[in-house]
Amino acid sequence: MTAALELRSVSQHFGSLKAVDDVSFSVTAGSRHAVIGPNGAGKSTLFALIAGTRPATAGRVLLEGRDVSGMREHNRVGHGIVRTFQHSSLFLGCTVLENVLLAAGRRAGTSWSMLRPLRRYRELQDTGHALLDRVGLEDRHAARAGSLSHGERRQLEVAVALACRPRLLLLDEPAAGMSPAETARFSQLVRELPQDVTVLLVEHDLDVVFGLADTVTVLHLGRHLLTGTPADVRASSEVQTAYLGAADSSDLFVEEPS
Amino acid sequence: MNPVLARRLVGAGVLVVLLALPWMINPYAISTVSRILVFALLAISVNLLTGVTGLPTLGQSAYFGVGAYTGAIVATTVTAVGPVQMLLAALAGAVAAAVTGPVAMRARGVAFLMITLAIGEIAYTAAGRLDPITHGTDGFSGIPPVVPLPGLPPLVIDGLVYYYVLAGFLLLYAVVAVLLRSPFGLALRGLRDNEARLRAVGYPTTAFALTIYCLTGALAGAAGSLWTSAQRFVAPGDMGFQVAALALLAVIIGGLGSMWGSCVGAALVVLTRDYLGGYVAGHGPLLLGILFVLVVYLLPRGLAGTSWRRGSGRSRSRQEART
Repeated sequence: MTAALELRSVSQHFGSLKAVDDVSFSVTAGSRHAVIGPNGAGKSTLFALIAGTRPATAGRVLLEGRDVSGMREHNRVGHGIVRTFQHSSLFLGCTVLENVLLAAGRRAGTSWSMLRPLRRYRELQDTGHALLDRVGLEDRHAARAGSLSHGERRQLEVAVALACRPRLLLLDEPAAGMSPAETARFSQLVRELPQDVTVLLVEHDLDVVFGLADTVTVLHLGRHLLTGTPADVRASSEVQTAYLGAADSSDLFVEEPS
Repeated sequence: MNPVLARRLVGAGVLVVLLALPWMINPYAISTVSRILVFALLAISVNLLTGVTGLPTLGQSAYFGVGAYTGAIVATTVTAVGPVQMLLAALAGAVAAAVTGPVAMRARGVAFLMITLAIGEIAYTAAGRLDPITHGTDGFSGIPPVVPLPGLPPLVIDGLVYYYVLAGFLLLYAVVAVLLRSPFGLALRGLRDNEARLRAVGYPTTAFALTIYCLTGALAGAAGSLWTSAQRFVAPGDMGFQVAALALLAVIIGGLGSMWGSCVGAALVVLTRDYLGGYVAGHGPLLLGILFVLVVYLLPRGLAGTSWRRGSGRSRSRQEART
């Protein structure tokens, strides 16, 4: 079976800084795969490479066995790679429904239509309302996205991403800044996604990660440390070292000879 | 009253007044109103780019000029039929925008504004130099009166020319209003709000930006041909920096993103410059400056972005005022 996503030695260098350095791993179709790592591990950069927001310095990205390394971001969306952003990134001057319709309309192929009012696309409108219902924002559909609370914006992010009909959904720190109740609701939403949608998420909240993910990849300083089940990751001493620092911390406290 | 109904009533009232105007005011005043309508179309094209799509521009005067000269050339050498002139002028405006647009598309924000300013200035200079085509700084004269439809007599009375311009204005206004309500119109607002996000939901954003650039070029070109029909004279000054700046001023006064706001803004600008300016010994530009300062201080969101209901006090959002 082909992996939903395969990374082969991808790297992203900013000058001499290796933000992502020779990372290879694959994501099984239908899995809930989490990428974790301390701050600066290269998680968000890795996401940008997969989504095509920036081209990789080296290496290849394969979506369902097909090389998409040279493909532009908007074309990758057409092949089913859809991302959300770490900081809510929405169309704040548009209504909540319009945010979803922008994404859904692109998928439905109506985005170039100039002479028919948006209101008349019944099917599209129904899709939009259904998606908002799913993320719990239907009663806010006419509000301006700019007037939503932080948690509501995160929910709308998910609705916009789902409207793109993803096959591979990239969630960049979806629970950041959410209240515990919102986080629970969000986890439930991810669990309810159909099995043919593969989910890759970056998350700092390890409770969310271990509650959702069936596979976990650990990055550290741009390098791939480990990919395994949550149990493997918990047990790994390497991961503990990466997160908590060297077991032998004596060299941090060496006194300067005076 | 239901706000939708109220809007329709206001719209119908404005239309009735526009239709009745030639019976109410003198021929000189009616030709001023013709100029206002043409200038309002130019302001609408600037608003489509600046207010709706978020691409601030000072270059629409170039495509306006291309359309005006195209109208003049077609009128003198091909046909006096107005709609044909308008169609070809729109086409010429779109082609000019398609040729120059890709240069501007490399930038956004202030850099985009500066490149469009350069495009406008180049077009203005070219119009003054290309004597064989534009008759240079002497201006293009000898344009025959416009024939509104094949078989009808040429229009020589100001009131009738006004009706021709009004018909063109209403047609183009309706086209833009439909465009703004379409999925494409929504994509333009998405481009203004968050281009990176729009790309991330699968839009080739540069292609969308270039398309609206060409469409606004066509709109400005069509407005240019109406200008030619109304004035029967075209000079490089009709496409200079001043025109571009006044169009942007009209859009800001009216409220970014609002179509009717742009039209009211255009009317205020032209009336202040051409009409009130006469009362203060030709100090029209001074009055415009005062008008601009007043608007920026008192109505920072422009006429359309301000709530006029007493007591609410807060400015309405751009989104609510987008039509």
